[in-house]
Amino acid sequence: MSTYQKTAMALCLAFASTGSSLADEFTEADVQRWQQQFMAVVGEGRELWTSPKLGTNGVACAQCHPNAANTHPETYPKFQKQLGKVVPLWQMINWCLKNPLEGQPLAADDPKMTALQAYVTYERRGVKLEPGKH
Amino acid sequence: MSTINNSRRNFIKTAGTLAIGTTLPISLVELAFAESSQNFTFAYISDAHIQHIKDNRFVRNWDRGLIRAVAETNLLTPKPDFVMFGGDLAQLGSKPELDHGAEILSALHGNVHYVMGEHDYYLDLGEYWGKLFGPQYYSFDHKGVHFVVLNSIKTYDDWTFKRWPTAEQRMLEMADLDNPNGSPFMVGEEQRVWLKDDLDKIDKDTPVVVFSHSPLQKIYKGWNFWTEDADQVQALLQPFSKVSVIYGHVHQIQYNQIGNISFNSVMATAWPWPYPQAYAQAEQYLPKLTVPMNRADPFFDRDATGWQFINMANGNLDLNYTLYNNTSRIVRYNTDKKRPEDVAYQDEKARIVPQTHY
Repeated sequence: MSTYQKTAMALCLAFASTGSSLADEFTEADVQRWQQQFMAVVGEGRELWTSPKLGTNGVACAQCHPNAANTHPETYPKFQKQLGKVVPLWQMINWCLKNPLEGQPLAADDPKMTALQAYVTYERRGVKLEPGKH
Repeated sequence: MSTINNSRRNFIKTAGTLAIGTTLPISLVELAFAESSQNFTFAYISDAHIQHIKDNRFVRNWDRGLIRAVAETNLLTPKPDFVMFGGDLAQLGSKPELDHGAEILSALHGNVHYVMGEHDYYLDLGEYWGKLFGPQYYSFDHKGVHFVVLNSIKTYDDWTFKRWPTAEQRMLEMADLDNPNGSPFMVGEEQRVWLKDDLDKIDKDTPVVVFSHSPLQKIYKGWNFWTEDADQVQALLQPFSKVSVIYGHVHQIQYNQIGNISFNSVMATAWPWPYPQAYAQAEQYLPKLTVPMNRADPFFDRDATGWQFINMANGNLDLNYTLYNNTSRIVRYNTDKKRPEDVAYQDEKARIVPQTHY
């Protein structure tokens, strides 16, 4: 069973155990659990970000983007001048996977893509949203 | 000065004529004295990060940066007296990487002096690098200038010798720039004692140029844009009337003035790094003086790498950065204000949008 499957199962069990509560009521424990789930995916993203295994040439995202700096998730979607259209962040991540990392692009809903975006966005926490900014 | 300016123009013209592109990822350092017959130049190549994939395969992108720098250095007119390599020849310090890097550098005409980088060091603590390139710290004199090379990327013995189960893991831990398991760089007591002794023999009016891999000033500890004992090294340099420190590691233009010491960084041939202010969670101290480079275009492999002429007029450094795909930059020592300043962009109002890093 993969980490993701385990995570999913843990979530289902968690929902089952609190199934009796009303939909619009949740507890501090719920909030903590959701935060833990999020941070686990952020951690997964950090692993991928620093891993030579995402591409084929040993290059890692973090080599050019320490702490995911200069990725600017708060500015997406935006007009990416090199692609000639407005794109979401995941398309730019795929550009990096294909070019500097000489690897394969990920599907938009691939858990790895979710994790990469969770990590990148987490490193920008506190920065105000500025979609379209250059 | 006019002689120097002419030679710069001639160089650029020569390069253009040979159709090798508009920019070079190397630095041409020109030392100018009152007697123009004493002027000389040297070139500076740094941070190649040659990265072995497997068998005969290396990361092409980084290879190309170094190959281009070497080829273009050989075309310099006037011919530089020597070439500096500023450290991080390898990515993970392996023999294949150092050998492949040395093979590429072997095409250089003339003498090369080498600086140790952390990517060269932390696999075998510089043993194989030493066999190829010689001592890790040393000094030499050239036409009236005293040059010092330091290994500034050492760290606490505990981290180096006791913390990691294998040399490979130690190398990987130090290779990741943003790794919280890393450790701050330092010159260390042995070299500081040596440096004091070395400098004691030098007249205080002799221009001194120090080469280190890490900045001998404290900018951002999280990415080791930092040398732990920088203050102590600076104290040894301050008695000299004209001191310049040139460092690599940061993969970007930085400059600063602390007392008598001018600081200038050189760019990488491999890839550019963000300025520390681009990391929202960081506390950092980029010198206020530094006008940043334009934000890099990732779609252009060699963008935000470049080359510099460095002119040491009256013992102070002027840097002329020629950037890929960007307008060239000139950072010149201002003798009135006694600090390096960008000739075009120093004033807040003169800055352009791509120089804003966030």
